[in-house]
Amino acid sequence: MRTRHTLTALGLMSLSLTAVAQDETPYITLASTTSTENSGLFDAIIPQFSETSGIDVRVIAVGTGQAFEIARRGDADSLLVHDTAGEERFVAEGYGTERADVMYNDFVLIGPSEDPASIREAETVEQAFSRIAEAEAPFASRGDDSGTNRAELRLWEAAGVEPDGEWYRELGSGMGPTLNTAAGMDAYVMADRATWVAFDNRQNLVLLFEGDDALFNQYGSVLISEEKHPHLKHDLAQQWHDWLLSDAGQQAIADFEVKGQQLFFPNAE
Amino acid sequence: MPQHDSAFATALALILDLDPTLLGIVVLSLQVSLSAVLIAALLALPLGAALALWRFPGRGVLVVALNALMGLPPVVAGLAVYLLLSRAGPLGELGLLFTPGAMVVAQVLLVLPIIAALTRQQVEELHLEYREQLRSLGLSRLRMIPTLLWDARLGLMTVVLAGFGRASAEVGAVMIVGGNIDGVTRVMTTAIVLETSKGNLPLALGLGIVLLGLVGLVNAAAHLVGETARRRLG
Amino acid sequence: MNDMLQVHTPASIAPLELDGLGFTHRGQPLLSDLSLRLDGCRRTLVLGPNGAGKSLLMRLAHGLLPPTHGRVRWQGEVPRQAMVFQRPVLLKRSALANLTYALAVHGTPRLRRRTLARQALERFGLGALAHRPARVLSGGEQQRLALARAWLLEPRMLFLDEPTSALDPAAIKAVEDAVTDFHWRGTRILMSTHDLHQARRLADEVIFLCGGRLLEHSPAERFFTAPATPQAAAFLRGELVW
Repeated sequence: MRTRHTLTALGLMSLSLTAVAQDETPYITLASTTSTENSGLFDAIIPQFSETSGIDVRVIAVGTGQAFEIARRGDADSLLVHDTAGEERFVAEGYGTERADVMYNDFVLIGPSEDPASIREAETVEQAFSRIAEAEAPFASRGDDSGTNRAELRLWEAAGVEPDGEWYRELGSGMGPTLNTAAGMDAYVMADRATWVAFDNRQNLVLLFEGDDALFNQYGSVLISEEKHPHLKHDLAQQWHDWLLSDAGQQAIADFEVKGQQLFFPNAE
Repeated sequence: MPQHDSAFATALALILDLDPTLLGIVVLSLQVSLSAVLIAALLALPLGAALALWRFPGRGVLVVALNALMGLPPVVAGLAVYLLLSRAGPLGELGLLFTPGAMVVAQVLLVLPIIAALTRQQVEELHLEYREQLRSLGLSRLRMIPTLLWDARLGLMTVVLAGFGRASAEVGAVMIVGGNIDGVTRVMTTAIVLETSKGNLPLALGLGIVLLGLVGLVNAAAHLVGETARRRLG
Repeated sequence: MNDMLQVHTPASIAPLELDGLGFTHRGQPLLSDLSLRLDGCRRTLVLGPNGAGKSLLMRLAHGLLPPTHGRVRWQGEVPRQAMVFQRPVLLKRSALANLTYALAVHGTPRLRRRTLARQALERFGLGALAHRPARVLSGGEQQRLALARAWLLEPRMLFLDEPTSALDPAAIKAVEDAVTDFHWRGTRILMSTHDLHQARRLADEVIFLCGGRLLEHSPAERFFTAPATPQAAAFLRGELVW
């Protein structure tokens, strides 16, 4: 009787493990950012790529810092992130072979509808940041070394403000959780437009400031070095990279809309 | 997936629509967690029993370590497995990272200490009662293990269920080693995190209710089996 | 009824020699310098007040505990042994499964186990209870099941540690009958009891322990009629001895 139970258990296990085993469609693993994944961009464009190439793209959506680390360790075949300086350094260090502009969107400043720091009337983003610091109005920062976090820190520097004090809250979270928290504590927050538009739990938050050139958010595609990581699927990754920059890829990005709004603007050369 | 303002309405719609995406996620969740619990149990039950029966130097340290590992944060387990399975890591050649296999490995690491530590405790108690009789029958300690595990089976079922609860509830480990890839490694808990980060709280909570229901079903099934056995065997 | 009822004509059982046996627990000597020899196929009853070391003696002789002093020596081939405890330890299985389990441990071929177990259940009046969980049986039924289990092991030497102390008279009778059956089958018996009447009914010889020491080891008739020590005499008169 005991043997029968053991056999049943073993049978069940092998069954479930076989089921877990992967199908044979060729695929690449893409390390990218939460902003692209959360907005639904990949759901819209990857099927178009797969249809023409027969290649599936598996997206690991993490912060830009973690995406670089995953790629550096050879765990992803390709990168699509938004930290141009970081991307260029990645190539310079020999981990990447090629980097190309793919698209951009922009960052926007979000805050409570009462706007206690009056950033609605600010002329430049630097001015908006200064006003928040002066008013010591609560500001929720990603604090996770992501592309958005890095851009935000550059803007504080440009505004000549050392963000410090009770009002400046580093959350160490992704874009979505940071927006959830900001909504909960009525704080200002800088977000990429794509995540903001797709975000549902806004509560009292509204878009307060947009349109400054300094808020430009460039996305780049990076190919990983074959020398460093010969095991990766470089051929397939090259096809993905090329498709993103092709007319078809650029058109697919331009066609993607959420709630009637275009979120990403293709700008491959 | 359906969207409603109330989490319960969302949960209900999710179940009634038999949404294929949700179904895939549910099936994968169960496959990963059940496989992990099964593998962990096959290793941890004999291990826990052996720890209950043998006295050796360093045993106390091992018991304390096992008890402490019951509280291992899933993120830490995930990170350890990530570093192990990463291409740059010692087992990178297997190419397991970002697959359900990696998620099973991480969950085994989380569940094994729970099952082993609680098994040790239960078997130790039973052994205290059975010891003289079994020795009188001429059983070696090795041969006592299956007897004790079998006779402790009702209690051990609860132990294994506790392991299953941990596996199905954790998100930190599967997020890191699975990557939450749509259609490949997305399970209930990582889907909930994703929907939360999108600010889609009703859907996130709805998924949570579905998960709770699933875990409840598994537990109810186990309870039924246990009660039947209890009534039959006293 | 069947072949198990036949009186065996046993080859001789190896004598058991206890040689300067002692057991100390946390500096407290519980049994000291005990030497005796058991041979033949006798029923030896171990008597003595509570705490005299009766249970300890049984466990040392059976090999459940290693002595701290002296040794337990079999003069020849170590015979098959079994032990019946004061509180029977039954597995959390049916009565029948408890017996087939013992047979499996014993090495009986799988196909024969059920038949033998069934016969033993019938023999000890438990036939109707075969599929009942062993742990819900009454105290007397549990002890009979423990005896049936011992019976199946065909021991040449049987230890019984106060097997009737918690039982009612009918159950006591069943246990005593079983002991007699074992004896007929050619099993040497070493049994402890605090019931003097039971000792008179069963004993071929008596071991009298007091305060962890062996005071007497003599044929039953002599022990009961002319005890050699004042402690034994007092014990037989029903006085408190320690």
